[in-house]
Amino acid sequence: MRLRKPPLTCRELVELVTDYLEGALRARDRRRFDSHIAGCAGCRAYLAQMRATIDTLGELSEETLAPEAKRELMERFRDWKR
Amino acid sequence: MRRRGAASSTVAAPRAEESELLARLRAGDERAFEELVKANHPTMVKVAELFVPSRSVAEEVAQEAWVGVLQGLDGFEGRSSLKTWMFRILTNRAKTRGERERRTLPMSALDQPDLEGAGAAVAEDRFHPAADPVRGNLWTQPPRPPDEATIAAEGHERLLAAIEGLRPAQRTVITLRDVQGWDSDSVCDLLEVSAANQRVLLHRARSTVRREFERYLEEGNGG
Ligand SMILES: [Zn+2]
Repeated sequence: MRLRKPPLTCRELVELVTDYLEGALRARDRRRFDSHIAGCAGCRAYLAQMRATIDTLGELSEETLAPEAKRELMERFRDWKR
Repeated sequence: MRRRGAASSTVAAPRAEESELLARLRAGDERAFEELVKANHPTMVKVAELFVPSRSVAEEVAQEAWVGVLQGLDGFEGRSSLKTWMFRILTNRAKTRGERERRTLPMSALDQPDLEGAGAAVAEDRFHPAADPVRGNLWTQPPRPPDEATIAAEGHERLLAAIEGLRPAQRTVITLRDVQGWDSDSVCDLLEVSAANQRVLLHRARSTVRREFERYLEEGNGG
């Protein structure tokens, strides 16, 4: 007889999302993940939110440079040029 | 998907583009330097913060690192990408400074991410109690799928604030991976952290930022 792990719960699934997206789940866990997702709209929405979050982060321009920091660095560059 | 492309193009920046940038820098093109600073300085400060006791020291270290970058520019041979090389200069300076400041390296936070704000990805009350024989550990109020609509600038501010509120190691990992688009290997190399620990930090960070994202959607924005 083959040992079967029980199906994932939603609470377990949300903790595996990063490993899933990073391709770090073992084949068996990936199958459990996929089969839970297939039957659970809530977890599908969760995964979609996570993907949308990551995509949005990729569009962020990080906070702008403080003017003093920039002024100082540009001065250093001019010094270096000489 | 965008992720893969972004990850490989940012760190291992297209060689042609990079050598053009190098040529401009070496020729003393201020615009080129300004672009490089804008794109990297805030991240360099975040990374430096992992090794030194305060944001203001981290700012100093990043400034010093730029001087080191300029000094090394003519001798840079391009064996690694410009970015990898720049950030290595940064972490070397930050480590030296951290030791001088006689602080225990907060890097231990990277070695043992479990110490960094352990917690569930999603609030406890979003799931039925484990003891519930039918719905145990399933959603009470399931999340709603996000709209395709892009998030407004105000939403961007919220996510940046959420990142800012993270512990330093989580903040650095999510910034490098998701904001700057570095791949996992480059982040592990730079921070000298195992792939598994990097994933734990990324998971905690993303889970927190997603919560803020959901809150933003639930307020009726972008949905
Ligand atoms: Zn579920």
